[in-house]
Amino acid sequence: MIALSVNNLTVTYDKQPALENVSFAVPEGSLTGIIGPNGAGKSTLIKSILQLLPTLSGSVEVFDEPYKKQKKIIGYVPQRSEVDWDFPTNALDVVLMGRYRHIGWFKRANKKEIEWGKTCLAKVGMADYANRQISQLSGGQQQRVFLARALAQDARIYFMDEPFAGVDAATEKAIIQLMKDWKSEGKTVLVVHHDLQTVEDYFDHVLLLNKTPIQYGETQKVFTLSNLERAYGGKIAFLDKSPVVPQGAE
Amino acid sequence: MDFNLFSSANFQWVFFGSLLLGFANGVIGSFVLLKKQSLISDAMAHAALPGVCLMFIIFEIKSIPLFLIGATITSLIATHFIQSIVKHSRIKTDAAIGIIISVFFGFGIVLLTYIQQNSSGNQAGLDSFIFGQAASLVRSDVQLITIGSLILVIVTTLFFKEFKISIFDPQFARGIGLPVSFFNGLLLALVVGAVVIGIQMVGVVLIAALLITPPLAAKYWTEKLGMMALLAGIFGAISGVSGAVLSSVINDLPTGPMIVLCASVIFFFSLLFGSKKGMAVKVVRQL
Repeated sequence: MIALSVNNLTVTYDKQPALENVSFAVPEGSLTGIIGPNGAGKSTLIKSILQLLPTLSGSVEVFDEPYKKQKKIIGYVPQRSEVDWDFPTNALDVVLMGRYRHIGWFKRANKKEIEWGKTCLAKVGMADYANRQISQLSGGQQQRVFLARALAQDARIYFMDEPFAGVDAATEKAIIQLMKDWKSEGKTVLVVHHDLQTVEDYFDHVLLLNKTPIQYGETQKVFTLSNLERAYGGKIAFLDKSPVVPQGAE
Repeated sequence: MDFNLFSSANFQWVFFGSLLLGFANGVIGSFVLLKKQSLISDAMAHAALPGVCLMFIIFEIKSIPLFLIGATITSLIATHFIQSIVKHSRIKTDAAIGIIISVFFGFGIVLLTYIQQNSSGNQAGLDSFIFGQAASLVRSDVQLITIGSLILVIVTTLFFKEFKISIFDPQFARGIGLPVSFFNGLLLALVVGAVVIGIQMVGVVLIAALLITPPLAAKYWTEKLGMMALLAGIFGAISGVSGAVLSSVINDLPTGPMIVLCASVIFFFSLLFGSKKGMAVKVVRQL
């Protein structure tokens, strides 16, 4: 079954095209890495799918329904740098934000929700940090709080915006474990990813993007030298078999 | 000095009004501060003056609902101007706010002077709109302050969780389908509401200080938003009451500056001795 289908999505930013005619269909239960050079519109793509940015044209369908009707089953892990970590709140509070839709208007989180929030924190190895002020967490721990919040949403499709950026080994492991768990539960995951070295290990599907999709499909079919050269415009060097982005291309 | 003050019915009203007004301002201010809109709220407060004066010139009556409409219109125009200046020119936000504050406030003063020179005489109290004068309040004014403050506090409490997420992580909030733009607008509306009901007691020049100083002080005592809003409310209430009392007891002291001075004393005390980030705590920890 198709979990997510993006049709002819076009997005402009300051009158410059940021994404042009993006179309692809993601099968349910797949782990997709969205890769491409800087400025290729990877984060823009996720944000336009989630309707956080205005789109010029195109449509997004989730399990054959328009996106708007399916917000409940969508989970989102934004880039860590996009929020103010000095905000007066603790880790558990942030995780519970993932439950606001379930809690409903005017109400506060009940015991059951709080227990669920704690379970989610424990799943990413953060059980001891529930009451910790978020400004006192390390970058990796903050990322894991965001993961726990996404987990708390109990969604069917997850979008993650560069979750691996600047995290420690423990967090990287937690993210990988979480993606595996989600896949085994039949959930669909899309991840904006930077590190070409790890693409083949993490993802079974790849969307190669440079303003328009170069190709979408199974990793071994899409993640090829000729495709990468098309996406990165020849700015790519290979050592052994693992692709490396040369310095300056970042 | 008049020590029989507390037995006067009017003073009891003023006491109660300033308490609730300070509380409401502290609570709303907590969100304004975290949204980094302190300066914008100051601009909105200053921009309320011409709106209020225009309403008085057109309708020739002192009516809080009319003033509210006028203040809302001019405050929103000011906010819109600031945003479009930043968007369409190379002028940065601080400079844009600087220009708009002075233009609107200047216009307000011109209108106020016009009213004082040409009005038929029922403009009593309008001149207190700049620095505030608790003594000029009559019973119906204070009733409006009281009801208005209660409404502001109730609205903020009802949407506490929604305000929290739309300020902390607006992207995520939009992602889960929360109308973030509505809450941004609602917060601005609450600020305008606080300015208009506080205008006679505190005045447009200093009302922003009553919005911002109490939550700033509260931040030195707690790291939880709920507690911060509550503490800011209490600090605001203490400032409101002490300012109102002092300005009523000592002849001719304006209320707004007294309230803000009281709030500043609380702020400096918190800065030094606050249990979370106070300077004394930091020094002790380093020992």
